[in-house]
Amino acid sequence: MPRASKRKAAPPSSSSVAAPPPDQSRKRTAKATSKPRLKESDQIDNLFDTYANRSLGEIDPEGIESLCSDMKVGYTDVRILMLAWKMKAQRQGYFTKDEWQAGLKALKANTILKLVKALSELKKEAESPENFEDFYLFAFKYCLTEEKQKGVDIESSCELLKIVLGSQFHSQVDSLVEYLKVQKDYKVINKDQWMGFLRFCKEISFPDMANYDENQAWPLILDNFVDWKKEKSSSR
Amino acid sequence: MLLLFIDRSFTVPSFDVQVKLGRGNMEIELEQGWEIIERGITRLKNILEGLPEPKFSSTNYMELYTTVYNMCTQKPHDYSQQLYDRYRESIEDYINSMVLPSLREKHDEFMPRELVKRWENHKVLVRWLSHIFHYLDPEFIPRRSLLPLREVGFICFRNLVYHAFYRDLRVWVLSLIDQEREGEEIDRALLKNVVDIFVEIGMGRMDCYDNDLEAAMLKATAVYYSRKASNWILEDSCPDYLFKVEECLKREKDRVSHSLHSRSEPKLLEKVQNELLSLHENQLLENKDSGLHVLLRDDMVDDLSRMFRLFSRLRYGLETVADLFRQHVTGEGTALVKQAEDAASNKKCLSEPDSVGLQVFVRKVIELHDKYLAYVSDCFQNHTLFHKALKEAFEIFCNKGVSGSSSAELLATFCDNILKKGGSEKLSDEAIEETLEKVVKVLAYISDKDLFAEFYRKKLARRLLFDKSANDDHERSILTKLKQQCGGQFTSKMEGMVTDLTLARENQTSFEEYLGNNANANPGIDLTVTVLTTGFWPSYKSFDLNLPVEMVKCVEVFREFYQTKTKHRKITWIYSLGTCNLIGKFEPKTMELIVTTYQASALLLFNTADRLSYSEIMAQLNLTDDDVVRLLHSLSCAKYKILIKDPNTKTISPTDSFEFNTKFTDKMRRIKIPLPPVDEKKKVIEDVDKDRRYAIDASIVRIMKSRKTLCHQPLVMECVAQLGRMFKPDIKAIKKRIEDLISRDYLERDKDNPNLFRYLA
Repeated sequence: MPRASKRKAAPPSSSSVAAPPPDQSRKRTAKATSKPRLKESDQIDNLFDTYANRSLGEIDPEGIESLCSDMKVGYTDVRILMLAWKMKAQRQGYFTKDEWQAGLKALKANTILKLVKALSELKKEAESPENFEDFYLFAFKYCLTEEKQKGVDIESSCELLKIVLGSQFHSQVDSLVEYLKVQKDYKVINKDQWMGFLRFCKEISFPDMANYDENQAWPLILDNFVDWKKEKSSSR
Repeated sequence: MLLLFIDRSFTVPSFDVQVKLGRGNMEIELEQGWEIIERGITRLKNILEGLPEPKFSSTNYMELYTTVYNMCTQKPHDYSQQLYDRYRESIEDYINSMVLPSLREKHDEFMPRELVKRWENHKVLVRWLSHIFHYLDPEFIPRRSLLPLREVGFICFRNLVYHAFYRDLRVWVLSLIDQEREGEEIDRALLKNVVDIFVEIGMGRMDCYDNDLEAAMLKATAVYYSRKASNWILEDSCPDYLFKVEECLKREKDRVSHSLHSRSEPKLLEKVQNELLSLHENQLLENKDSGLHVLLRDDMVDDLSRMFRLFSRLRYGLETVADLFRQHVTGEGTALVKQAEDAASNKKCLSEPDSVGLQVFVRKVIELHDKYLAYVSDCFQNHTLFHKALKEAFEIFCNKGVSGSSSAELLATFCDNILKKGGSEKLSDEAIEETLEKVVKVLAYISDKDLFAEFYRKKLARRLLFDKSANDDHERSILTKLKQQCGGQFTSKMEGMVTDLTLARENQTSFEEYLGNNANANPGIDLTVTVLTTGFWPSYKSFDLNLPVEMVKCVEVFREFYQTKTKHRKITWIYSLGTCNLIGKFEPKTMELIVTTYQASALLLFNTADRLSYSEIMAQLNLTDDDVVRLLHSLSCAKYKILIKDPNTKTISPTDSFEFNTKFTDKMRRIKIPLPPVDEKKKVIEDVDKDRRYAIDASIVRIMKSRKTLCHQPLVMECVAQLGRMFKPDIKAIKKRIEDLISRDYLERDKDNPNLFRYLA
């Protein structure tokens, strides 16, 4: 009898590092006694279980924290937000099983290592011109934790701006955040204003802001920001 | 001396008549024929020269005409061409031998005189000769496309005489014109005749006149008036200068009609007014001592009218005048504002509100309006530019407040003073009507009309409820005027208020009937209730005042009565607006006190207690600190001290105590103890701001609903236009409302064009 030439997959373990070959499990003839080969989707599920809150059936903030530490990625790293975006996660701080599966499948990651590697690709994907606006909007909506909540408070908006736009539009974000903290007109930022910030960074030359026209439909908060900034520069 | 030889017996024969001079079939030789003709021509020339010659008869004429005729019709030698040439040569010959020499020896005005005479003669000569050579005209000349006889004749004169002398003539004409301008008498008839040469020599075209005379004349005119203007502008005051200008224009017009061709009139006058007016307009109008500002200030109606007349001749002349007019009115108005502001701040030092000063201010604004409106209609012929300037000027300073009060408020207070009893203005009915009319006109300039409406409404409410309205007709009259100017929506609530009072009176009558029919329902006190329709009246806070026992029954009785009338309405009692007549049994004498319900409630507490503390009073009445302080102040620290305060300071503090002042008295039997109203200003402004937000929202929604999609700028503009009748919306406020509507999902921003909004049904 010839020796079996096919190598069987290694048995499943909770912190699998080795990447098992993707097996077409359905093509196998059922041999009741053979050890079940690990499907990729199973691995993804197992990964889910590692982090999920048993009673909730979802990954909760604690689980995410531990995920982050395993990935050696900061909790407030923009890539986590991008991961949530890829998953189309609905609720901040929680990943459902479906979301987890969809996300990791799309990233073709069934282990932590693969996931970490996928993150840098993901960053490029999210920051690409076609996707960035969608990601940017997602980031905002992700912060609307209460039902019927329409706006994100100033403090959180500032943090979010830094995370999401900080690398691309460093000086604009710095100024904006400074302004948002001192102004008294608004206590929350709504979606329209949020999208306005992105448009501002993309379209308006900075710091001169020479092509800003307040007679256009810019949100009022940006009109006020521009006035404030101009006054600040002139009074120097 | 001219001999006009055409008399009626001298007729031109028609071509059909051929007079044959017994020639048989003999041909006429050229020279032979010419001799005959020339003889005749010479005779004519002599006649023109004034030499003695027998009269030229029609037979003579016939002879010549027939010779020509024969020479042209005979065959084979048709001498038409030669005759044509010799016609011209005779004329040239005459000019060269007689005309030019005589002209050359004349000088000064004798030359033009001679030339006029020679021209007249020439015209006659040409006419005569044309008659003689007439046969050439209908066939020969057109056949050869030659110039007609008459034209040939004139051209000779033009080429030989006119071209030689026209420059001199021109010089003479221009100098004569200048002489006349300087006031000298000139020979107008001669001038006209010379000018006519320039016209006629053109033979139907005006180029000679235009190019050889008019152009230079216009230039000289400009030079002349430029010089005059430079002198006058330094010496003369603006009105004097303008007077001179008007005179000059009159005289130049006159000159044209007498001496020049009418086509020169517009060009000439244009030159004059250009030199005198256009180039110096600003200097004239802005003259510090006598310019427009001064004329307006000093009421120089005639000069202003003249100024208007003159500058309306210039293409853009009135724009500058209107501009300065607007500046002037704005200045005057702004000065009034400053004056009032200064007076008010002086009063502030004395810590009195300057209500009289503010009243005076409004009156002065009205008077200013009257004055300048009169100028617009009397001096400026109601021209739209000036109406516009007046409007713009008033809009600038009428929207400046004084001493913290907006102009809307000042105007409302002014009306209140006129319409209330015992107001500061003591005017006849007619004067009141007139003043109200003018107030409404000034209101047109105020952009915050809704603010005015709200202040007016508040004050109207006080007048109506405290029976302070002097005259119902006036109240209705001003509402009618406001309605005309600002629309029905503006006055609908106010009209409702006035109607409410009428209904309230009827209601009271039925209430009294009800009381009469139900003896047990009688509350024991005379009660008058005024039922107000909530929507019409300003909003009043109702506090749960603890009514004195005596009044509680009143309220119940009325409630029962009202139930019998209608079951579907809810009554809310506003005790803060009520009044009460109390009988005060003071030791010196019993007196009647007219107080507010609040004051009455406080006083009645002393029926059962001699001395009460501030906190006890407050607790018993269940009112706020503000109200308690106010009412206690009015009863113990003001003119009439019904209560004695301990300690006897000028202000109320929560630690004070109060006693009934049994010794109180006054020479009157009946006194009114006023309770000064709370300052409504802040609340009015808040209410109006709130209403504006709704109005802007409604306007935006209305616009977007009909347009479906619209860009930002046009949306804002339409919104401003829609609301402009009531107030001037702040652009930022509109932006804010748009954003609010977006967050409430009435609108959305277009995905591709962030400047475009879409209506979400």
